Amino acid sequence: MTRVGLIRIAVIAAAVGALELACRLGFIRHQVIIPPSEMAEALYGLLAAGTINADIVRTLGVIGIVIVVSIVLGFAVGLVIHALPRVRQALDPFFATYYAVPIFIFYPVLIAIFGLSPMPIVLIGVATAVVAMIIATLNGLDRVPRVLTKVARVHRLGAFATAVRLQLPAAAPYLFTGVKLSVSYGFIAVIAAEFILSPAGLGRDISDAYTDFNNRRMYALILFLLLIATVVNSVLHVLDVRFAARRTGGRA
Amino acid sequence: MTASRRITDTLIVFAVMLATWQILHQIAGATALPAPLPTMKYLVHMLPTARFAENALATLEAFTLALALAYAIGLAIGVWMGAHRLSGAVGEPILVVVYSLPKITLYPVVLLIFGLGISGKVVFGAMHGILPVALLTMGAIRAIPPVYLRSAQSLQLSPLQTVMTVLLPAALPEVFTGLRIGFTVTLLGVLLGEMFASKLGLGSMIMADMSLAQSEDMVTVAIVLFAFASIANAVLLWIEGKLYRKT
Repeated sequence: MTRVGLIRIAVIAAAVGALELACRLGFIRHQVIIPPSEMAEALYGLLAAGTINADIVRTLGVIGIVIVVSIVLGFAVGLVIHALPRVRQALDPFFATYYAVPIFIFYPVLIAIFGLSPMPIVLIGVATAVVAMIIATLNGLDRVPRVLTKVARVHRLGAFATAVRLQLPAAAPYLFTGVKLSVSYGFIAVIAAEFILSPAGLGRDISDAYTDFNNRRMYALILFLLLIATVVNSVLHVLDVRFAARRTGGRA
Repeated sequence: MTASRRITDTLIVFAVMLATWQILHQIAGATALPAPLPTMKYLVHMLPTARFAENALATLEAFTLALALAYAIGLAIGVWMGAHRLSGAVGEPILVVVYSLPKITLYPVVLLIFGLGISGKVVFGAMHGILPVALLTMGAIRAIPPVYLRSAQSLQLSPLQTVMTVLLPAALPEVFTGLRIGFTVTLLGVLLGEMFASKLGLGSMIMADMSLAQSEDMVTVAIVLFAFASIANAVLLWIEGKLYRKT
């Protein structure tokens, strides 16, 4: 472990320790924040009892669907748009503003259309995540060397074979940025949607615990979600660093 | 590519979007999703009403305060972590991880601390905006050629003078990118906060409309916010482009 890493762990430990101390000494009231150790204990209790398993499966399942759909659809749409320069030019300003607009405000509209089911959640998740994948695909395909597309033509590969066997691997290091963003955005959108309005799921659980003043349950669930998000994002970050090395190390 | 062709293309994209909206309306029915034309008519009626003005002002007030808070704290953290290497090396991964967390999970905590009024919304909005501002400012300051800092030293500038006359001007374009992204996510944060728990504001208006099945009202508010965010972003992008060209 490097010196910087040690300091980082010390900083985080000190922050958690300070929170624990402030709660235990009564600087922070128990009704507001419970000590971190109690959060962990409550989470262990929930996991051991298995009462939240159904919601965990449901939420992670929805997130999984959102991520897979976004990545596959984003790559496919990116391929098509890349092949049509005029369409791409027309859509460029649209892509540039897409993430500047709080698309999430359309979630209630989706509920009005599809009813209170997992469908609006999946749709808002895909709407949030897919465009990042499209943009990354366009970016990646721009960097596929011309000679490779010529090789594909020489070998008379069809459009599908060219996409899967040539463009996908050649653009992979760039596509990964899209994958990373899609995962992160999908996660955020699904949890937010569950939180605001949803029949079930971990987000709904937290929101219910908040309304019931059930702080132990609420903080346990928050801790759980934050831990999962941190682990997922850290893994993606490590992979991205590896891909980044390939981006700069490989041929241009 | 001529300008007129570009305008034609943009118009076609708009037309396709409107057509999609119309088709969705045909499938979903008028109670769930009103058609584009009636919505536009409704928009003209709704904008001058007192109810809309009251909610829009509440959102604008919370958003302005949240933005000011996000910019002040974000810039302070960014300058500090950019100028002080060790703090930056220690803090950057922490900021990156926090940036990608679903911050909505922390909203109940914010509400417990700051209450259901405007301060909860403001803090929650600012929480979204601080991180991109801090991260991009830090990156911008790190990218400043060291020779600038050495000349500041040789001129014996105070730390404040160094920040104001050397670091910020040199880093301005990239810092501005951070401010633009901060604008976007702070707006999202404030709206999310309003959607979850608030009595006033456009976010809570949308939720109230949904539960009352007032879909015209709901879609109209969404369109207004959509337009506001796109126009603001276009203006900020334009300024940003000018800043990059200058340096």
